[in-house]
Amino acid sequence: MSSQDFIRHMGYIGKDLGRRKSVWEYLHIDFPLLVALLILLGFGLMVLYSATDGNVSMMGRQVTFIIVSLGTMLFMAQLDVRILRRWAPWMYLGGMALLVAVIFYGSIGGGARRWIDLPLLPRFQPSEIMKVVLPLCVAGYFSKRAIPPRFKHIFWALVFIMLPTALIAIQPDLGTALLIAVSGLFVILLAGINWKLVFSFLGVTILSSPALWIFYMSDYQKQRVKTLFDPQSDPLGTGWNIIQSQTAIGSGGVFGKGWLNGVQSRLDFLPEGQTDFIVAVLAEEFGLLGMLFLLVLYIAIIGRGLYIAAMAQDTFSRLLAGSIIFTFFVYVFVNIGMVSGILPVVGVPLPMVSLGGTSILTLMVGFGILMSIHTHNRTLIS
Amino acid sequence: MAEKITIQDHQLERQIVLSRIIVGGVIAFFLILALIARLFFLQVNQHDYYSTKSDSYRIHVQPIVPTRGLIYDRNGTLLAENVPSFTLTLVREHAGDVEKVVDVIASLISLTEEDREKIGSRLKNRSIPYSSVPVRFNLSEEEIARISVNQFRLPGVSVEAQLVRHYPEGEIFAHSVGYLGSITEDELKAVDPVNYSGTHQIGKQGIERFYEDILHGQVGYQTVEKNARGQIMNVLDRTDPVPGQDIVLNLDSKIQKAAVEALGDYRGAVVAIDPESGGILALVSKPAYDPNLFVEGISRKDYASLNDPVETPLFNRALAKYAPGSTVKPFISLAALNGGYRTPEDTVYDPGYYQLGNHKHYDWTWWSNKTGHGTVDMQRAIYQSCNVYFWDLAMDMGIDQMHDFLFRFGFGRNVSLDLPQASTGTLPSREWKLNTMGESWYPGETINSYVGQGYTEATPLQLATATMLMSNKGKWYRPAVMKKIGTHSSPEFDSTFLPDIEINNPDYWDFIAESMEMVVNRGYGGEYRTYGSAYPYIAAAEPLKYRMAGKSGTAQVIAIPENYDRADEVPEKYREHAWFISFAPVDNPKIALAVFVEHGEAGSSVAGPIARNILDAYLLDEQGELKAEFIFPQISEEDDESELTMPEKESVVGSASEIPESLPEEKVNLVTVNQ
Repeated sequence: MSSQDFIRHMGYIGKDLGRRKSVWEYLHIDFPLLVALLILLGFGLMVLYSATDGNVSMMGRQVTFIIVSLGTMLFMAQLDVRILRRWAPWMYLGGMALLVAVIFYGSIGGGARRWIDLPLLPRFQPSEIMKVVLPLCVAGYFSKRAIPPRFKHIFWALVFIMLPTALIAIQPDLGTALLIAVSGLFVILLAGINWKLVFSFLGVTILSSPALWIFYMSDYQKQRVKTLFDPQSDPLGTGWNIIQSQTAIGSGGVFGKGWLNGVQSRLDFLPEGQTDFIVAVLAEEFGLLGMLFLLVLYIAIIGRGLYIAAMAQDTFSRLLAGSIIFTFFVYVFVNIGMVSGILPVVGVPLPMVSLGGTSILTLMVGFGILMSIHTHNRTLIS
Repeated sequence: MAEKITIQDHQLERQIVLSRIIVGGVIAFFLILALIARLFFLQVNQHDYYSTKSDSYRIHVQPIVPTRGLIYDRNGTLLAENVPSFTLTLVREHAGDVEKVVDVIASLISLTEEDREKIGSRLKNRSIPYSSVPVRFNLSEEEIARISVNQFRLPGVSVEAQLVRHYPEGEIFAHSVGYLGSITEDELKAVDPVNYSGTHQIGKQGIERFYEDILHGQVGYQTVEKNARGQIMNVLDRTDPVPGQDIVLNLDSKIQKAAVEALGDYRGAVVAIDPESGGILALVSKPAYDPNLFVEGISRKDYASLNDPVETPLFNRALAKYAPGSTVKPFISLAALNGGYRTPEDTVYDPGYYQLGNHKHYDWTWWSNKTGHGTVDMQRAIYQSCNVYFWDLAMDMGIDQMHDFLFRFGFGRNVSLDLPQASTGTLPSREWKLNTMGESWYPGETINSYVGQGYTEATPLQLATATMLMSNKGKWYRPAVMKKIGTHSSPEFDSTFLPDIEINNPDYWDFIAESMEMVVNRGYGGEYRTYGSAYPYIAAAEPLKYRMAGKSGTAQVIAIPENYDRADEVPEKYREHAWFISFAPVDNPKIALAVFVEHGEAGSSVAGPIARNILDAYLLDEQGELKAEFIFPQISEEDDESELTMPEKESVVGSASEIPESLPEEKVNLVTVNQ
């Protein structure tokens, strides 16, 4: 039996053995993912240029953030995920400490106490850190225990998830809280939680939703849900955004009005056209074809991410990669769904495209981890 | 290392996670397909709908309001102009919390409770979303500065510049030029709504109202691209508006002002007409109001003060009907001469009363000394205003003769060109009474009518018109405020509508004019009863510089009971109305005038001097001499005097001061029934 035959017989574990490492692997860069991300970022900048009406300073800041984020991604890719796993509990505790600190010392912005000022660091939202740390922590927790997880482990994982979620929800930042909870829950789902449990949990949630509506949701949240079903109910208030964004998308047609020719956004009809509603600008100017191009890019990134998750060498990496990429999908789906009027309006930016650096930075950290998972220790088994 | 070692089945774990990843991937894929389906629905199925919607947001057709025509008096003095004014406006959709924004505004500039209420109602009535409503008009520069500095606290608030109507002469022309005000729904129905699509104001009164279509002009349009804030980004297409035409009026601000001044504190009216054109030189009603108050929406307080039940400043007395009193006597005299009922020489003996059946009608002289005028001919009946003469005539001539003749002078109808709101007055006849009251005519009613009482009612405008006809010997011109529109002069007068008044013997015109001239002059003898009734008050103190003709009138407001104690102070509202009609110069008439003084009590002594002041203001130059343009090429001085039987005018000047003594003021004031 030649060494080649041995490797072949090792099945999936040995499939990379003996293969010559490419230059990308030395650099710990996943080439397909990087290309897809760069195309998406470039396309996003084009749309943003139109949405900001060629605002040079805004574009400059965005490009700077993108470059910093790309650098951060490459840095993260160099780190072996096992180091992250080892640090995960401490990062979780640190993140929690910051979230508690926000409650007492945080600065207020946009009506909520979300920001924190630390010496030597720019002002940031600790909840952004949690977006990365929580899946890391939950994945680490499960990877040390046999999966499918036992009920006790699921319970503790839920506690890990609920603590930061609750702290962020009271800031209040319900959107981010839910997305962070989702990123943790994805780990539990991927870890093989019994479907029966999942469906019974969903059932309970749906049954308790009237109580949620009555006791928990604030008026503006209720209005957002009402607006989803009937934007005309308050056309000049909450319905305005959704009517305008649908008009922008619909008037774009198949081929769009052309780059820089979108009137809805350029004439200021579309609020938040540079941030959460930027996809309406894209749809107006590039039409259905532009939207399909965008969705193909997202599918490529998500597909590559799922491939990386599937090909990962250990449970921790699989859970983490899966969580990162599904959370990314949730961002895409919620944003486009909201702007096109099939989901209520929640403040979720369009990943990699919307103006705002923090969101891109956090996402890029996630992609850095994906690249790290894919390029480290291919030959080692746990 | 105390790390807990768990036994894990890596193959199984891989299978579990992989299956979940595949399930998740499939779900994600279908959700993305759902997004694509939604996008397809919006961008393909509903593309046309949203395209139209997008254009309608973006492209607005905007009216461009034409500039309103200006109004000038006959000398080119501006009576109505358009001045830039700054208005604070608010767009509700951008303001967020309107209450809060209004509070901020109120902290910066003065804002009354009423202003606030009006903002609320304007916002409620506004039909177009994203359109602005006025918050406060007429901002000062300081207020604009304060708003600008605090602009960041005032979302949706802006300062808009627009042209606003302004009446530089204020009250003086209120009742003739009128004013602009906000268009009501009813008014909008009456005009072409397209032409008024950008216009918020319309002529409410006077010339502004009558010539609305000429002054307004034709609206223009522009197609603009707007953003959601309503800011115009781009003008795509423009049709210029046609500005309204300027109007030149016959009014003369100098005489108008003189009339306002001459009326003093009295309520009343003055109408002056140019006998050579029918042009209305003055149209004054007092008290008046400031028309500028209406332009930007009058405050409730101001409006309440304009509705004073006694002062009634909004009421145009110049066009309202009142009993004309003795001012009708010259016209009735002419009717009697023309109809052959009297010759100039016929006389009547006046014992101080006239007996009709069992009822005695007392002349005004009776109340002072229980005597009458004695033997009076027509001329004396006019210049001494003898009622008994006309009561006697009334019985011979009857009501219908008077009606038919006076109708030709414009009584009982409104013949003005551009004052449709003027009353027609009342010119009674048998037919009129039957039609309006269903009753037959009584002789006693003829008695009243012949001295301008009873049913007979006329407006100051009608009396001025009739006086014009008397001055120009029956030549009709239609009384008109407007002189010229733009560069075109007014259309030629259609004389078939108002045929000139022809009488059997044209000398009668001169005879009546002479009688009217005697009203303001000394008579034949030295006794006061032979003076013209108005002479002591008009010409005695200061001789006239021109030949003036006139007739006083004092009209009862209520029937005075026979036992009424005339020595008592009469409450103001029961005091008689005072009139004076006049024209001058007699040999070359340039102005015909009617002065009405509400509850003025005495035509000769109250209304008479007012008339003279107005004539002086119009006819005399700064040195107090007759203006050259009004001097008629004199035939000869001797002719004048012999004709008029006027004893040495100049010599009277010295003794003028004595004359009022022989006619004590209080006596005159009280003895004024149908003077």
